[in-house]
Amino acid sequence: MAYSDIARNHFEAELGGIKAAGLFKQERYIHSPQFSEIEVEFPQGTTVRKCINVCANNYLGLSSHPDVIAAAHAGLDSRGYGMSSVRFICGTQDIHRELENRLTDFLGTEDTLLFPSCMDANAGFFEACLTDQDVMIADRLVHASIVDGMRLCKAMQDTYKHSDLNHLESKLQEHQDKRFRMVITDGVFSMDGDLAHLAEIAWLAEKYNAMVFVDDSHATGFIGRTGRGTHEHCGVFGKIDVITTTLGKALGGASGGCVSGRKELVEMCRQRARPYLFSNAVAPVIVAGALKVLELISSTTERRDKLEWNAKYWRGLLKASGFDLKEGESPIVPVMLYDAKLAQDFAADLFYEGVYAVGFFFPVVPQGQARIRTQLSAAHEQRQLDFAAEAFRKVGEKHEVLGLRKKELLARAGG
Amino acid sequence: MDELSQMIHDYVIKEYLEEGSDQEIGETTPLITGGIVDSFSMVSLKRFLEKKCSIRIPDEDATPAAFDTIQSIAGLVRRFQAQQVGV
Repeated sequence: MAYSDIARNHFEAELGGIKAAGLFKQERYIHSPQFSEIEVEFPQGTTVRKCINVCANNYLGLSSHPDVIAAAHAGLDSRGYGMSSVRFICGTQDIHRELENRLTDFLGTEDTLLFPSCMDANAGFFEACLTDQDVMIADRLVHASIVDGMRLCKAMQDTYKHSDLNHLESKLQEHQDKRFRMVITDGVFSMDGDLAHLAEIAWLAEKYNAMVFVDDSHATGFIGRTGRGTHEHCGVFGKIDVITTTLGKALGGASGGCVSGRKELVEMCRQRARPYLFSNAVAPVIVAGALKVLELISSTTERRDKLEWNAKYWRGLLKASGFDLKEGESPIVPVMLYDAKLAQDFAADLFYEGVYAVGFFFPVVPQGQARIRTQLSAAHEQRQLDFAAEAFRKVGEKHEVLGLRKKELLARAGG
Repeated sequence: MDELSQMIHDYVIKEYLEEGSDQEIGETTPLITGGIVDSFSMVSLKRFLEKKCSIRIPDEDATPAAFDTIQSIAGLVRRFQAQQVGV
């Protein structure tokens, strides 16, 4: 038998090690649609509790919007449940093309190609477009899916210190002997919530003849005056060569992602990107829902405006209580606790106060950088934020973290 | 520190630490397990060593363990330098 006692014992010991290190993740079961308030069963088998949710990527509150659900139903009725095919064989419907065109307009690019997820878009793009004659120069805090995608590509890899433009410039100078240079960054960094300096990056790219790739998954729909993304916010709309983003966050929250940008690069993905060639087409129901989302957010900025207000308000409440926050202007507000066990215990206590949040620790964030990553939604009402902030304050008092910073928090945890 | 270790030390400071950082890097300071260098950004250190020391480090030898301290990195470099002269 392939799965022997030796193998079983080995993996049991590995899992035991993860638990002993305080790094074991446990799922909680949600008995309601995704929204600002959800019903949660945790631990398994216990009574379901209502909680204010402060850790979803449901930035615009559209994950369970009735108009989106209605559009998805209509999509099921008119275009069926699944394509049972990859795109290039018999998996492309008219609505796939329509969504790609709508995303192209929304993002201000030349063309767009859907993928089953942005993880797949990032996995497929670099290998499809770059070779060992080229170099990829990535910010050191890019999303894990970009790291994986770069590792699949034969182009040279290099990195620059997070958001350090001087260091990026030195790398661009170093790699002038390469055929193509590609600067790679997140638009909004998923763990810290800070924004890339895209205007300066675009300027450097122009100076040193490099392309710019931005994963804007935590920005599309709500960053920028009309929610087009980090490039709009930074004044470089139309100047980014490649944008990848997801339909699984603000744009409905179901699944799906895309590569959007220079038409030749997008076409290279259509011809060569492995996740596009070998993975099933995005289901018609998802496409229909996403089309409705784009319609809703293109007609008004009401939702992204409310999200912006909620984020400022929430940040102010937590700061007033004395929490150590990562500075930023996005709706990602990390509450820094540094110690993994503390982050887990804190999240567990918040749950019993009626707030759903999750501790983030290694390997999701670097060792010694554990946190509760809170995320705001346009669906949050002020009374919910007040309630949640009071719960944070109460739990913060219990764990004696208020007013303390990294050195003190780590010293208390024995780090 | 000997010349090779100093060269590695100076590169690590310049490439991986923020300007003005008070982090001390000794010969046995854990770089990767200590979170100073991660496996993603390790590639530039490997490329620096290959260029400066005129060696080639196979990918299978460029492990996080081999790159965890200045001491282990210097040992790795000397091994490949010796192989090149047939020692």
